[in-house]
Amino acid sequence: MAVRLEHVSTGYGDRMALEDVSVALPVGSLTAVVGPNGGGKSTLLKVIANLLPAWTGTVEVLGGPLGVHAADIAYVPQAESVDWAFPVSASDVVMMGRYPRLGLLRRPGREDRAAVAAALAAVGMPDLGDRQIGALSGGQRRRVFLARALAADPQLYLLDEPMTGVDAITEHDLALILEAEAARGRTVVATTHDLAAAAHHFSAIVAVNRTVVAQGDASLIFDEDVLTRTYGGHLVFVGDRMAVLDDAHHHDQEAHGEVHHHDSDQHRHGPG
Amino acid sequence: MNALTDPLQFQFFVRALAASTMVGLVCAVVGTYMVLRGLAFMGDALSHAAFPGVVAAYLLKGPFYLGAAIAAVGTALAIGWISRRGNLRGDTAIGVLFAGMFALGIFLFSTIRNYVGDLFGFLFGEVLGISVGDLAGLLVLGVLVLVIVGIFWKELLYATFDPLGAGAAGLRVVALEYLFLVLIALTIVVSLQAVGIILVVAMLVTPAATAQLLTQRFGRLMLVATVIGMLSPVVGLYLSYWANSASGATIVLVETAVFLVALVVGPRSGLRRLVDRRRAGALTPRAVGEI
Repeated sequence: MAVRLEHVSTGYGDRMALEDVSVALPVGSLTAVVGPNGGGKSTLLKVIANLLPAWTGTVEVLGGPLGVHAADIAYVPQAESVDWAFPVSASDVVMMGRYPRLGLLRRPGREDRAAVAAALAAVGMPDLGDRQIGALSGGQRRRVFLARALAADPQLYLLDEPMTGVDAITEHDLALILEAEAARGRTVVATTHDLAAAAHHFSAIVAVNRTVVAQGDASLIFDEDVLTRTYGGHLVFVGDRMAVLDDAHHHDQEAHGEVHHHDSDQHRHGPG
Repeated sequence: MNALTDPLQFQFFVRALAASTMVGLVCAVVGTYMVLRGLAFMGDALSHAAFPGVVAAYLLKGPFYLGAAIAAVGTALAIGWISRRGNLRGDTAIGVLFAGMFALGIFLFSTIRNYVGDLFGFLFGEVLGISVGDLAGLLVLGVLVLVIVGIFWKELLYATFDPLGAGAAGLRVVALEYLFLVLIALTIVVSLQAVGIILVVAMLVTPAATAQLLTQRFGRLMLVATVIGMLSPVVGLYLSYWANSASGATIVLVETAVFLVALVVGPRSGLRRLVDRRRAGALTPRAVGEI
């Protein structure tokens, strides 16, 4: 297993965001983490990335405890958490993917520059390396961050909303790259609020709403029972058609006092 | 030419030039990261926090570098620790400790009965009076800071730009944050004699802020900041020699003037954009709204 969580609970401050999560993701799997806003999708990714400690339970990544194989992990943050005015070019950002393996004292060399160029070409941006990141479109920005992950040559990709706010062509391109990486034995985990994208581009689904509601293959997306349990009050039936009401803004640390009626029964639990 | 060469016959002037260009270099390098991390206020806080260390060193007749370093580094680590615990916002922790430490400095200062002219030099800067020993200490400490940045520049850059991505890939982001706070503290210790506690923040922030107006690439930004940081003290020292004005304040005024020029005529300034738009004949309603 590339990722194994057993009975993991965690949160921010004294507020629990995930409770008793158990997940196992095999090597080479291509998994979409779906669920409502504030349901803990990004939090789950952060636990796997060793960015947020588990309060209880055990986490094993790439066959070892957290932190041991960090250099084999590439994490792509949500677009909103990036300072796009930062004075770096697209290729500067992609080069950062090479830093952890370089280690201290070694400067990026010819091999690293070749890897950066190859990664930019792979995401369809061979000529835009010199562009300041703020001057790129939303889709190009996501491509650059995927290129950074590719340049790191990781065993495990952790992508937070990689397909949010991108055009259909970019979504398709990014999905093809992730499929190819999974096909050569790399494990891919991506959060998405877009159920159609999850069903089309991913082979496995983990549905999260403060805990893992369901996990299985992509057909889970069409399971009414799973959707009802995942989205609760956000799920609307119009005749025999079903729609998920899920606003486009993402924030896994919503303000205190924010009410989500889909998880009212879990609010009573205190921190473990 | 005499106006330029005359001052050089005085050793104190040559020492001041060496000291203040080194200070400008170190401040520009560390200040580049500081500005990108939004830590300008931290620079002001740590310089004030160094004051009790300077006074204590004076009272105990120890080297002022040591006292200032202990006080500034200690405060930097305390601010980092308090703000990481999460109960207080970072700027709140900075505000409390900075005022408290400066008060401790003034308290100690007020207990001294005899003449304390030397200590006023630390408040306002007195680089023209720097001794050979202090210059040597400044150079050693400055080189130390530059060497540390030279070792960790990539990691500091990655952790500043994307702490989540850097942390997931195994960089020790928290340790790098503490390391950077220590670097700011040491830079301030290096700069105290040249520009004084009150004006150090300008040496740290102004060159990098000016460079941000001129370029959008990290490497060039640091280079431009370094050039401004090293040339401004030279110009400032000559001006202060000719005008017989306070050296630290004159250096800072030169940097501020360069910043204002970049603000008005730089490629990323509002004025330049306006002129370009007028030239392009595209004074659209939106452009008018921005004016």
